[in-house]
Amino acid sequence: MNRINQKLNEDKKLLSIYFTAGYPALNDTKKIIQDLENSGVDMIEIGLPFSDPLADGPTIQESSTAALKNGMTTNILFEQLADIRTTVNIPLIIMGYFNPMLQYGVEAFCAKCQEIGIDGLIIPDLPVAEYHEHYQATFEKYGLINVFLITPQTSDERIRFIDSVSNGFIYMVSSASVTGSTSGFGNTQETYFDRIATMNLKAPQVVGFGIRDTETFMQATKTGKGAIIGSAFIKHLTNEGVDTIDSFVKKIR
Amino acid sequence: MSYQVDEKGYYGDFGGAYIPEMLYPNVEELRTTYLDIINEPSFKEEFHQLLKDYVGRPSPLYYANRLSEKHNTKVYLKREDLNHTGAHKVNNTIGQILVAKKLGKNRIIAETGAGQHGVATATVCALMGIECIVYMGEIDIKRQAPNVARMKMLGAEVRPAKSGSKTLKDATNEAIRDWINNPVDTHYIIGSAIGPHPYPDMVTRFQSIISEEIKWQLKEKEGRENPDYVVACIGGGSNAAGTYYHFLDQPDVGIIAVEAAGKGVNSGESAATSQLGKEGIIHGCKTLLMQTTDGQITEPYSISAGLDYPGVGPLHSHLYKTARGEFFSVTDNDAMTAGLELSQLEGIIPAIESSHALAVFNDKKFKPEDVVVISLSGRGDKDLDTYIDYFKL
Repeated sequence: MNRINQKLNEDKKLLSIYFTAGYPALNDTKKIIQDLENSGVDMIEIGLPFSDPLADGPTIQESSTAALKNGMTTNILFEQLADIRTTVNIPLIIMGYFNPMLQYGVEAFCAKCQEIGIDGLIIPDLPVAEYHEHYQATFEKYGLINVFLITPQTSDERIRFIDSVSNGFIYMVSSASVTGSTSGFGNTQETYFDRIATMNLKAPQVVGFGIRDTETFMQATKTGKGAIIGSAFIKHLTNEGVDTIDSFVKKIR
Repeated sequence: MSYQVDEKGYYGDFGGAYIPEMLYPNVEELRTTYLDIINEPSFKEEFHQLLKDYVGRPSPLYYANRLSEKHNTKVYLKREDLNHTGAHKVNNTIGQILVAKKLGKNRIIAETGAGQHGVATATVCALMGIECIVYMGEIDIKRQAPNVARMKMLGAEVRPAKSGSKTLKDATNEAIRDWINNPVDTHYIIGSAIGPHPYPDMVTRFQSIISEEIKWQLKEKEGRENPDYVVACIGGGSNAAGTYYHFLDQPDVGIIAVEAAGKGVNSGESAATSQLGKEGIIHGCKTLLMQTTDGQITEPYSISAGLDYPGVGPLHSHLYKTARGEFFSVTDNDAMTAGLELSQLEGIIPAIESSHALAVFNDKKFKPEDVVVISLSGRGDKDLDTYIDYFKL
C-alpha cells in the first residue's frame, strides 16, 4: 500500500508541511525533510520551484524565486532525493506546476518519482479532466497518488467527480485565496467544512491555505483528516533559518 | 484543417485551460456563457453601436501610395491606430466590458505591459462606471509613465507587480491571483489572444471586426474581398488574430506573422517565440513559449513593450505548426527603420509594435500586382521618446 494511504488509515489528525526545495539554500532539502520527520510531522510536500507560481501568495513566490536563483532544477532535486528513502519513512509528495514536469516528460518524471520513493504529486494547474483523460494511467503505472484541490466555490457535482478520480486525499483549499492568506477562519469556512463533511466522500480531506498556528490547525482538523502548513513554515525558515524546525512543529501541536 | 477552437478549447495541439481549481468556477462560467452572450442580437447591436460612435469604426483601409511605390506592390494599411485610445486593444475591451455587465460583475481587473491594454480597459470602465484595477510590472510602470498617467486620469488604480521579473508576465500572474482572491464579483479582461479557454477565442472574436471590415472595404477598392496577404505583428497576438480571422479558411490569402527578434533571434535578447519557444504551459494555456530546458519561463526582450511576451496565443502556435502562417522575425533596428520610413513616406507615425509588421518587406518580396494588407495596430505617440532617442532626432 502507498505510504499516503497507510498514513491516512492511522487514527490521528495529520500534520503536513510544505517547503520550497532549494530554499533557503540549495542543499537544505535533505536536512529540512529529515528534521521535519524527526519532529513528528506526518507528511511532507516538497515544492518544485516554478518561475510563475500563479496560485501562490508572496511568501511562496519569493521562496521560489530565491530557490531558482540558488540554482534549483528538476534534475538537482531528484539527485538530492536519490537516497532519501534510506533514512525517511513518512509520505513524500512533490508539489509543483505542470510546465516543468511537461518539459521533463510526464512519464519520465513519474518513473523517477517511483525510483526515488515519492508517493504522490500535487499539480495545481493540471485540471482533473485533463489528468483523467491523458495522465491518470501513467501516474497509476508508477504507483503515484495525484492530489486534487477543491475550494469553497467548487460545486457538489464537481467534488463528486474529483472524489471519484482521487486515490489518496482531497486537498481542501480553505478559502478563495492564494497561499499565505492570513484572514483566519470564520463562518464561511465552518459552513464549507460542514458541507464537505456531510458529503461522505470516499477520499479523506486535508485542509490547506491559511493554516499557520495551533488554533487554525485545530479548526481545520475538526472535520478534516489533517492540515497542511506552507507559507507559515517558509516564513519561519526565512526568519529563523533551518536549525529550529523542531520548535516550529512543536508549537503547532 | 480547422482554425477554429474545438469544443475542448484547443486549436490543434494548443490551448486548453490549465488553471488551478480556484479559477475553475470563473472560467467555467465564461466558457458556458460567452457564445450565447456575444451572439445575442441586443449584445451585437450595443457592441457595434459603441464601436461606431465611441471607437470611431470602421477604421479606414488606406491605400498607401508612396509605400506601395517604394516596395513595388499594392499596400493597404488597416488603420487601427485611428481608434479611440490609439490602438486595436479597445475593440476587445468594449466587448469584454459588455460581457462583464451581462455576467453581473462590478469589478474589473486587467494586466498590461506597455499600458495600451490598461488604458483601453480603464477607458471602458470609465464609460460604464465600473471599478478598474490594472496590474502592471514595476519596471514597466517606470518606462511607460505616460500610459500610467492616462490610466490614473481615467480613474483606474494601477497596482505594481513586484514579483518575478516585474514585467508583463508577472502582471498577468498578479491579475490571476487577484481573480483567485475575488472569485465572485470580478471579471478579468485579458488583453491578448492568450490565457485559458475561452479567452483566446473570445478575444479573437472581438478583434475579428478588423478582418470583417477589411473584406468589404477591399471589395469597394479592389473589387474583391480577399487580399493576397494579410500581415500583422505578434506579441500575444490579438491584433494578428483579428486581422487573420475571416481569412483563416481562405487558402488564397497568405497569412504573415511578424515577431520581434529584439537584438537578433540568437542574441539572447529576443521575443521571437516561434523560433525560440517550445510547447509548454503559460497563463493557463498550452502554447509555444520561451523557457529554459527545465521549464522555467524566461524573460523576452524587444524594444517594443507590446511585443515582449514570452508566449504567443494558441491560435498562432497552431498556424505556425501547421504552416498555415508564414512567420518572420524582425530586429529592433529593422522595425525602427520601417517606422521612420512610414512616418516620412505617408505622414503616419506607427507604434513600434506596428513598425515590426511594416518591416516585412526586408524578408518577403511581393509581386507588383499583390494586394498586401498590413495591420497598423497602433499609433506611435506613446513611442516618440523611444524613436527620438534611437534616431537622435
